[in-house]
Amino acid sequence: MTTSAAPTPAVRMTAIEKRFGAVRANRGANLEVRQGEIHALVGENGAGKSTLMKILSGAQSCDGGRIEVGGRDVTGWTTAEAIASGVGMVHQHFMLVPTLTVAENVVLGREPVSVATFDRARAIRDVEQLCEQSGLIVPADRLVADLSVGEAQRVEILKTLYRGARILLLDEPTAVLSPPEVADLWKVLRRVRDGGATIVLITHKLDEVMNVTEQVTVMRQGETVARMATAETTPEGIAHAMVGRAVDLSVREGRAATRAGAAPALEVRNLVVRGPRVEKAVNDVSFTVAPGEILGIAGVEGNGQTELLEAIAGLRGVTSGSVRLGGTDITALDVRGRGDAGLSHIPEDRHRRGLILEYSIADNLILGQQHHYANRGVLDSAAIAANAATQIAAFDIRPTDPALPAGALSGGNQQKIVIAREMSRAFSALLAAQPTRGVDVGAIEFIHEELRKARDAGKAVLLVSAELREVLTLADRVAVMYGGRFVAVLPRAEATEDVLGPYMTGAKRESAA
Amino acid sequence: MNERTRILLEESILPPLVALAVAFIAGDLLILAYGQAPGAVWAALFEGTWGNAYGFGQVLYKATTLTCTGLAVAMSLRAGLFNIGAEGQLAAGGFGAAVTGLALPAGTPWIIAVPLCTLAACLAGGAVGAVPGVLRAKFGAHEVIVTIMSNFIVLALLNYIVSAKLHVPETLHTPEMHAGEVARLSGMIAGFHGSAANWTLAIVLGACVAVWWYLFRTRAGYELRAVGLQPGAAEYAGVKVGRTWRNALILSGALAGLGGVNFVLGYKGYYEDGFAGGAGFLGIAVALVGRNHPLGVLLAALFFATLSQGGLAINAMVPKQIVEALQGIVIIAVATSVPEVRRVLRDAAGKVAGGRA
Repeated sequence: MTTSAAPTPAVRMTAIEKRFGAVRANRGANLEVRQGEIHALVGENGAGKSTLMKILSGAQSCDGGRIEVGGRDVTGWTTAEAIASGVGMVHQHFMLVPTLTVAENVVLGREPVSVATFDRARAIRDVEQLCEQSGLIVPADRLVADLSVGEAQRVEILKTLYRGARILLLDEPTAVLSPPEVADLWKVLRRVRDGGATIVLITHKLDEVMNVTEQVTVMRQGETVARMATAETTPEGIAHAMVGRAVDLSVREGRAATRAGAAPALEVRNLVVRGPRVEKAVNDVSFTVAPGEILGIAGVEGNGQTELLEAIAGLRGVTSGSVRLGGTDITALDVRGRGDAGLSHIPEDRHRRGLILEYSIADNLILGQQHHYANRGVLDSAAIAANAATQIAAFDIRPTDPALPAGALSGGNQQKIVIAREMSRAFSALLAAQPTRGVDVGAIEFIHEELRKARDAGKAVLLVSAELREVLTLADRVAVMYGGRFVAVLPRAEATEDVLGPYMTGAKRESAA
Repeated sequence: MNERTRILLEESILPPLVALAVAFIAGDLLILAYGQAPGAVWAALFEGTWGNAYGFGQVLYKATTLTCTGLAVAMSLRAGLFNIGAEGQLAAGGFGAAVTGLALPAGTPWIIAVPLCTLAACLAGGAVGAVPGVLRAKFGAHEVIVTIMSNFIVLALLNYIVSAKLHVPETLHTPEMHAGEVARLSGMIAGFHGSAANWTLAIVLGACVAVWWYLFRTRAGYELRAVGLQPGAAEYAGVKVGRTWRNALILSGALAGLGGVNFVLGYKGYYEDGFAGGAGFLGIAVALVGRNHPLGVLLAALFFATLSQGGLAINAMVPKQIVEALQGIVIIAVATSVPEVRRVLRDAAGKVAGGRA
């Protein structure tokens, strides 16, 4: 049935349909991946990339369409059949047993056996051999619990290869990696590809697409809207296809609006904060943010950024140290007291902290300020409605019905609710944690513009982002957090990916911090 | 607008209706299994409840208590807590009302005695609810365990007090109160004659409105629901989560305690050991079917009261335990069709299928 003389593609998915209740996650999606290429599958959050890959790996069934792997019709196969045919998915969240060694994790489920017992020596030998072939270097006898995030990810890939995968599906593999680890990953993927494997890379980072892939398929709202050769396109071209309109991707240099000699708006002194597992998740951190300045905190996730911001916001107790807002010590105040003192907070997880998805847009727009919207304990519904109407118009929140639950909105519009609420209160300092996580490219522009506006209006902004690019785009000064400490604080002009990388991995630290 | 209607329909109204339909079909099959005609049994059930004034009065009486315990469970669930202790709180409320009525001098006008006894019922229920509330807020003790255990303790304690100190000889009830009786509805509508329906119904309808107003119109209600839906977000919004939990369980206990008024003030005029008789536990089903909304709780209480009263009416044709089976079927059907539960089930299925960690 092939229409041309081209070699059989490794994967061909035609007119894939998938519904979840009222949501059509895939609508007539098509994907064709050639043998031995690295193929990017890009799109905004919720565009249907992960669903399409889950269907390909057998983890989910499709409601319509046809899947061929190596020319064979495999529509509706199971995960086990997919693995047996060499299709393996490397998940974004690791699925490793921390108390077992690397080798044991890799062979788990397919353990080499000698006379009914587990052949550990052979497992280690096999895994070491596989490491060497693929270039994925991990000590085979080390416990997974002792590995870094980058190493753990290599184990995930090894697991898939050990099961004989010739088609690797990677779901946002760089989300948790530092720049040098990302560079290593690309090296490994190229080597695996050169060994004859085919790779599909799910991502929303355009620089990754340009860097390592040969072909790009773009998804938007469940449809595959474009397929192009990477070499023949530009990031702007891909972004245009992702959003459906032209997008400005330029990195604008930060320009501090700070007045020389101004007293710091936000000051943190010798802060020590306990984390969920470690005694000192934040270990003796001191810094100031001036009015009209954005201080960006770069760093791999999990190095104390979450604990630092929660401690400043009053959500987490401090072991020692102090937080001052405009010269006033607010360490003893609770969350509400700090908010009323002029602290605004865009939390990193809008589903867990920033919003109540079941609450209406209007109710979410007063979250944290509900005491200002009540007279003697009774909610002032007129004021709540007026506030909702103002914010929905000012921040272009869609759909515009204030009674809709926030959960019915797209990620970008949900985040706009949080931004609208936190920007419209009276504040002097703003904590912005992962402000653009999981939002579409269009909303990112908008949110960045809002953060700049706050800075230009003389507010102190403390920005934490896992996207180094975002920190570099917005910040006037860049701090790098590693192991609970600020290992470097640099002016924006001196901060580049190359300079920051070694700090982010802990390979380097400034002498006087 | 349409989106809003769709969500309301899909998440709030449809599940109970589907559950009723399922129970109806299952009931047909059960009745057929006994060799009876479903139509005749349903007709007898209707005739014995909504079909005559006495039966309807009994339905109203039973629904009054169930509304209280249903509101109690709904209040706790709105705060994300599961109060299994309504049974003990209901008994404590009844006891509090009876003791207050005993302590008042004979001839105290009802306008003073009824509010005092009602307040005592709420305080007693609230005090029982405060224990798991404080333990949860201060020490993180799981309220399900504590409330289950508190049922045993409270019921045993009341049994001891009544049997050792306060009973009328040869019985397990306290002496009649001197003041504080609530008039029967039959005083106004003669047709209710003989039924226990009384003006506590009006107090409880007032409680429904008050609970609705509290949950949806006050800042405390806004914060309480926030804690129930997303504790992390409530904390972010400056709400003291522990304090909210404590208050919710005190209010929950007070609402269950209010149910004691119906039996003690409205029906017997004394406290009798074991009067709660499972109404506290049935409150869990009432809250579940009523989707934790005061109006839904009221309707669900009427429904379960109808089944309970109707069981007596159809006992000659089929065993009255059939209505208990129907109650079970409704509860299971609602429990699996409400969106929260469906979401949990879907996530679990996804975990098995997708193998996500």
